[in-house]
Parts: sequence; structure tokens; C-alpha cells
Amino acid sequence: MKLLVCVSKTPDTTAKIAFTSDNTALDANGIQFIMNPYDEWYALVRALELKESAGGSVTVVNVGPAANDTVIRKAMAIGADDAIRVDAEPKSAYFVAQQIAAVAKGNDYDMIFLGKETINYNGSEVGAMLAELLDLPFISYGTKLTMEGNAAVIERDIEGGTEIVSVEAPFVVSAAKGMAEQRIPNMRGIMSAKRKPLKVVAAVDCEDPVRVVSYQLPDAKSAVKMVDPENMDELVRLLHEEAKII
Amino acid sequence: MSVLVYAESPKGQIKKGALEAVSYASKVAKLMGVDCQALTLGTIEDAGVLGQYGANKVYNVTSDHLANFDSQVYSSVIAGAAEKLGASVVIVAHSATGKSILGRLAVKLKAGSVAGVNTLPDLTDGFTVGKNVFSGKAMAHFKISSAVKVLSLMGNAMAPEMQGEKVAVESLDLAVPAGKVTVKEVKTIEGTVPLPEAELVVSAGRGLKGPENWGIIEELATEMGATTACSRPVADTGWRPHHEHVGQTGVAIRPNLYIAICISGAIQHLAGVNSSKVIVVVNKDPEAPFFKAADYGVCGDLFDVIPRFTEAYKKFKAAN
Repeated sequence: MKLLVCVSKTPDTTAKIAFTSDNTALDANGIQFIMNPYDEWYALVRALELKESAGGSVTVVNVGPAANDTVIRKAMAIGADDAIRVDAEPKSAYFVAQQIAAVAKGNDYDMIFLGKETINYNGSEVGAMLAELLDLPFISYGTKLTMEGNAAVIERDIEGGTEIVSVEAPFVVSAAKGMAEQRIPNMRGIMSAKRKPLKVVAAVDCEDPVRVVSYQLPDAKSAVKMVDPENMDELVRLLHEEAKII
Repeated sequence: MSVLVYAESPKGQIKKGALEAVSYASKVAKLMGVDCQALTLGTIEDAGVLGQYGANKVYNVTSDHLANFDSQVYSSVIAGAAEKLGASVVIVAHSATGKSILGRLAVKLKAGSVAGVNTLPDLTDGFTVGKNVFSGKAMAHFKISSAVKVLSLMGNAMAPEMQGEKVAVESLDLAVPAGKVTVKEVKTIEGTVPLPEAELVVSAGRGLKGPENWGIIEELATEMGATTACSRPVADTGWRPHHEHVGQTGVAIRPNLYIAICISGAIQHLAGVNSSKVIVVVNKDPEAPFFKAADYGVCGDLFDVIPRFTEAYKKFKAAN
């Protein structure tokens, strides 16, 4: 099985978010960047498990500058065989999807994995765009994937339940909690990752009609109003009269 | 020119998110001075009610190929309708279905897209629309420069509004391709409002000490008509099913009221609930970080506080 895993670089979950003085870009000062958790814990690890049981290869792809190589090396330390980095700023979901599609085209990947969303833009868009560009089926929010002959049986989260679908490769799948368990790279993995091939390719020209014009931090939250634990009538009154939600 | 909104109707029932999307689309259409057209797919009982939520026209496409969801099939029909009807803005709900088709629609229609919007577009300088980013820690405003725009509306961001009359449903003749995805089974959780759609959520963490104490939470939720949720450790230890886990790796929600009971408020948990309109935190530890993110706080033992709160709520309900 030839598998492709798309990984993104995002600020760490616990990062304090701030913007440049004109509010047009993230202020990266003091922010630690990580591999997007859904890409790392679920998409990458499930792909590795499939390779381990059925043979084949796992390639990771990332769209970003050379600084992203740390994230790519980590993916290889966890077990990916090789990597491709498209050398360009990941400006929008559409841009990223078109770059990955260009990488995937003609390479006949059986399955393309990615996380359910990134924790920076939370858009969940790249998977569907990529599937459309490659004319492949797309299964979003997969929580379980097992092989039954040539077909993959995938459980996916839907509002108020689970849907179980069957689809033949090739396809694109986005992974959510349940798909796999996080793996911590060991020393051997980290050492061997340094020698694994990382190919850098130039970006292709493409359409890119969406831009962030400004960022905004939420208004400072007013201080919490503490209510006497003996007086729950007061809490009900506040929720009714002040917050007006019950 | 028009605004086209796809109204989801699994099993023939229009979803709450679809009503929100139609209300939102009709407001966008008014801003642009164009018609709002709603599209329904598959057999559906009373699609005309979408007129009451602001749709000027309601269209329907039926085909055996639409019986189950396949993003390739659905997006092909929606894009086909958008082209046939001359839509310049296409809107879907930011639901499991919406997330699977938004990107496909963007590619098919060569459209710029923004996923999970929670503001109306600003048309003063082009087309700019806002959404939450960095897991709710900030907002970003996106400008779309393509002729056609595709948006998904965040759930519970804007309440559905009744604003018109029922309209007649017109059937739309479009080719519907066969899909490649076979739906084998749909398991639904009966009896409660699904978490992403819930307006009131009562949630509990490890401080509950054990699954045998869940009854206290359940009782409050039942009394309020709220959906129950839990923190990650509670789901991971199997006290509660995984679909109730809210937080970064679980379900992200934005109810009107989120009551967090003995949940410390780790940043991973907050990432899934910080867009809630009002947050109540009950915790016996006055240093619990969650209090900083709360609107109302109660510092006390849940085994005293929650039954007392349930009683107070009962009294309130009887009096109102």
C-alpha cells in the first residue's frame, strides 16, 4: 500500500496567541510550533499501522518553508519512510490543497490521510479540496478504519451518531480521535529520521482567492461572578435575569 | 445573481443547522440585494417551511443516488444547482456534511471559501467575513476575491429566525451521478439533542469520582432539557461514551449555556468549549483555572451544589 499523509505545522495547543501591531499576522515570538495534533496522532499513526500490517510505504507531505523541516523530521522519526516539502508559505487552504494535489498526481497513492482539521485555522477544508482536485472519494472525521479485502470500512462522526461506510481505494480520509493512538518517537527513530529522504519541490502556480485581512483577539472577559454555593436560587436568577439564557 | 443555501435533511427531516444556514443566507442575500434560494436533496416532507426562514425560493432534487451521503455526489449536485441558478454565494452548515462538501464546492465553482463563519459579510470593500481561529483564541476576517464565494456557517452562531411565509417547492432537473461510498450503517444516539446542536450543555469531569455518581449530572440535565457532556479523562476511563467528550480532541461545541462541573479547565478542554455564550463553573478548588474563563462560578462540593441547583431550577421552572 502506498500511503500519503499530509501534515501541517501549527502553534502549540497551549500557545498564547498574539498578533503583530497592525493585526495582520500572527506574532510568532515565543510561540512553539508543533505538528498539527490530528495529523500526528491519528492520520500518521493509522497510516503507519496499515503499512506495518500490509506492507508498503508512508510518505509525508508538508507545504511550508525550510523551518518546517523539524516537523517533517519528527514525522519520519515516528515512522514515515520519506517526505516531500513544497517550498512555499501555506497561504490558504485552497493554496495548500492545490500544492498537495500537484505532489500526489501521477503517484497513485492508495490512501491519502490528514487530520480532521488544523488547530490554527480550524477550517477542515484541505481534505475535501484535495479529494476534489484528484477526483477521489473523501471520508471526513474518520474514527476507525479497517481493511476488508480491497475496501476500507470507515466509521465517521456525524452529529448525534456514527456512520459506517465502505469505500475502495484510492480515497482521501481525515482522521479524528479513535483512529489511532499517539506514538512517541524513540531514539532509534530520531536517529534514522536524519537519513531518510526529504525532497523539496517548488510550488506550482495556482488560484488563491482568499486572504486574511485582519485578526482580532476576543474582548477581555469580565471577571467571573462568584455565587454562594448555599444559594443556588441566586445562580438560577442570574442565568434568567442577567444572562437571559434560561 | 443569488445566494444559494443547501439545507441538510437527513432522513427527510430538516436539521436545525439547516434552518440557521437558511436564516443566515437570507440575511446575506438582503445585504447583497439578491434572492435567497434554498436547495434540498432527496425526499423531504415539507421543504416549503424554509420560506418561513427567509428563502425566496425552495428547490428540490430527488434521486436514488442521494439516499445516502457521498461528498462527491452531493457536491456535484449542489455545484450544478449553483451554476444553473446563477448563484454567486453558496452557503452550507459547518456540519459533518458541510465540512465534507465545502472544499469540493470551492474547487468545482473556482470559488474562494471560508469555513465556519460566524459573522455576516462586510460588503464595504469587497466581501469580507469573520470566523474563529486558533481554536477559539482569536478571530480572523477573510476577504474573498473570486466571483463566486462559498461559506459554511458555524453551528449555534446565529439562531434561526422566522421571517416569512411558506413557499412552493420547485423540483430541479439535474444529473445525479452514482457515488463510490457505500453507507453500511448509521448509528444514532436517541433521546437527546446532539452535542454540536445543543443550546444547553451540562458537563462533568473526573471530580465526579466514579460513573455511579453520574445520576446527579443526568438529573440536572434532564430537568433543564440539556445535553450531557464530559471531559477527556471521563471518556477515556470509560465512565461515559466517547461521543460525549468535549474539548480539542473531542467535540467542539458552542452552546448558549455550558455548565462545567468539577472540570479543572485545561487549555485542551477550553479549546472545545470557549465559544459557549455563557459558562458556569462548579469546582471545589478555588484555584481551578476554569474560573478564569467562566461567567459565573460556584466554589463548592458538587455533591451539595448540584442537587441544590437542580432543586432551585425545578422551583424556577414551576414558577415560570
